[in-house]
Amino acid sequence: MSNRIVVKNQRNDYLPQHLTKVLVISLILLVVCIAASLAFGSRTVGWNGLIDGLFYPEVDSYDASVVRQRISRTIFSLFCGVALGVSGALMQAVTRNPIADPSILGVNTGASLFVVSGIAFFHITTANQYIWFALAGAVITAIFVFGIGSMGRGGATPLKLVLAGAATTAALSSLVMAIMIPKSSVMDQFRFWQVGSVGSASWHSISTFLPFLIIGLAAGIISASALNALALGDEVATGLGVRTGVWRLVAAFAGVLLCGATTALAGPIGFVGLLATHVIRLVLGGDQRFIIPISAVTGAIILTFSDVIGRLLGSPGELEVGVVTAFTGAPILIILAMKAKVRAL
Amino acid sequence: MKNQSINFIKEGIQKRRIRWILVTSILTVLACILACAMLLLGNTFYPVQDVIQALSGEQIQGVSFAVSTLRLPRMLAGLFAGFAFGAGGYIFQTLLRNPLANPNVIGITAGSSAAAVFCIVILHTSYAVVSIAAVVAGLVTVLIIYLLAKGSSFSIGRIILVGIGIQAMLNAFISYILLIGDEQDIPSAMRWLSGSLNGSQMEELPSLMITVLLFSPVLVLLGKRLNMLELGEQAATSLGVHTDKTRIALILASVCMIAIATATTGPIAFVAFLSGPIATRLAGAGFSNIIPAGLVGVNLVLASDLIGQFAFEVRFPVGIITGLLGAPYLIYLLIRMNRKGDL
Repeated sequence: MSNRIVVKNQRNDYLPQHLTKVLVISLILLVVCIAASLAFGSRTVGWNGLIDGLFYPEVDSYDASVVRQRISRTIFSLFCGVALGVSGALMQAVTRNPIADPSILGVNTGASLFVVSGIAFFHITTANQYIWFALAGAVITAIFVFGIGSMGRGGATPLKLVLAGAATTAALSSLVMAIMIPKSSVMDQFRFWQVGSVGSASWHSISTFLPFLIIGLAAGIISASALNALALGDEVATGLGVRTGVWRLVAAFAGVLLCGATTALAGPIGFVGLLATHVIRLVLGGDQRFIIPISAVTGAIILTFSDVIGRLLGSPGELEVGVVTAFTGAPILIILAMKAKVRAL
Repeated sequence: MKNQSINFIKEGIQKRRIRWILVTSILTVLACILACAMLLLGNTFYPVQDVIQALSGEQIQGVSFAVSTLRLPRMLAGLFAGFAFGAGGYIFQTLLRNPLANPNVIGITAGSSAAAVFCIVILHTSYAVVSIAAVVAGLVTVLIIYLLAKGSSFSIGRIILVGIGIQAMLNAFISYILLIGDEQDIPSAMRWLSGSLNGSQMEELPSLMITVLLFSPVLVLLGKRLNMLELGEQAATSLGVHTDKTRIALILASVCMIAIATATTGPIAFVAFLSGPIATRLAGAGFSNIIPAGLVGVNLVLASDLIGQFAFEVRFPVGIITGLLGAPYLIYLLIRMNRKGDL
């Protein structure tokens, strides 16, 4: 009820200074990335082919059909980027920790482990089944990592959380390998999935993904203003009438849902959330009501762009997008670690 | 009264020395038993007599190939790499005063792996070059992490975070190399992802053996100083230790050993991390535990490889077994450190 006070106050806030610029730039980048994703690959398509493929379904050239083939992949990578960007932003807000990302906290690997176990022991094969296993794995791992990271004095400091995430990742990936090696029959199915790639996208996987994406996004956006209050500290937030427990749970659930669903369909892709939010936060400041929706856009840009880079670098095959994002995202982690105050660590 | 307390202290030192010697000898005996088991066990069991004859150079149908071409290199690789990982890991943990700060976690083994994979898959170089490249890459990785994490004041947390980031990038690089490499090179390069003794060959071993044999005496000599360093910068200086020189020498020695071991067997998960704490638990603090830690490493690698080979229907590479053993301990350690507020 008393949420209204917070909301009302915030409505009187000025909009972030560079909001329009950021929106315009990111929309332009988004369009460029989409075009690049449709045009580049093992066969590069020219401008005419791109236009034909998109807008003139009656044209039946080779280039046009290549473009049409790439539409599902492009949409899928946009969706995954949105999900991972928002997931990262939510996890950072919930843990009040700039270094949170599904991959750093080990949530990805938890989802992996469950999917691998599902493939190996329960013979799951479809995206629908993957998604439930991945979600269960993501939720359990998130609780576990957060539990370990928030033990002891000072609660969940960034360093403790990252270490808990790294340790859990190490532990779970040994388990993944141990399950995988004896089952050479599932190894192939799994290998395809494990590397973190949007290459296997189909319309079916997009439609499976969509409900999870919508629920997660909605929950994330709704919880944004409560997260703003949470950033002031639990006491202040409670004083402002925010039910801290409920909203933290909603936001955390949304973050885990988005990351788990993405991992189920695309495999573990890391560091997108970290990249997506930090660029924005530098420009726009810390208001979650802007960070969360805009990190959806930047996440989509980053993932689609990385996918294009991977296709160009790995040509004639392709370099999985997870590899590209790790390479570009890890420096952000290093920069954050360098900048962080020692006490904050 | 004074005499009494001196006697008391002396007695304590004596007790700890006996414990140290006892633990070290037990670990040595255990390592020997495991090494013999590595030679005796395999797909077919050959009588001890035959194995000894094959080792001494006699040609016995079947036995010679299995023992001297398959089992002996495997055993030696495990033995020396285990020692290198154990001792090197212990030095890192002691110097940085944090059990989490070990070559696996802060990305040094990833640096060596990346160099080794690059040399093997892209450049097709000889083993000697692979070893050198691995060492150089290991040292460069240490240097980069140090420079990036230096900041205004020394913080172990920052080192670990920077290391995790570097490691992610190096692993991405390794994946890239494996992708663009020839298909025939991939199986041998896969070893650098999890650590395995499979396919160890005699020609890979000399550089590892020479390095370990060369550096072990150095480490034993420096071990006492490492202990003094543990007392703190000022105490060590007043005891006559050149702290900076000692630190650099120790880091150089341990990075060299770890890098060459990584180039030979791949980064065998968690051995560098587990050995130090286990050795300290067994042998007690007070004396330098470099040698016990190395021996614990040997035992871990050989035992895990035997488990991986024979305990299951499928053969697991040694890195998987040590990973399964080490990971829960890592989490346990983390929980304990958090509880105590060490982080």
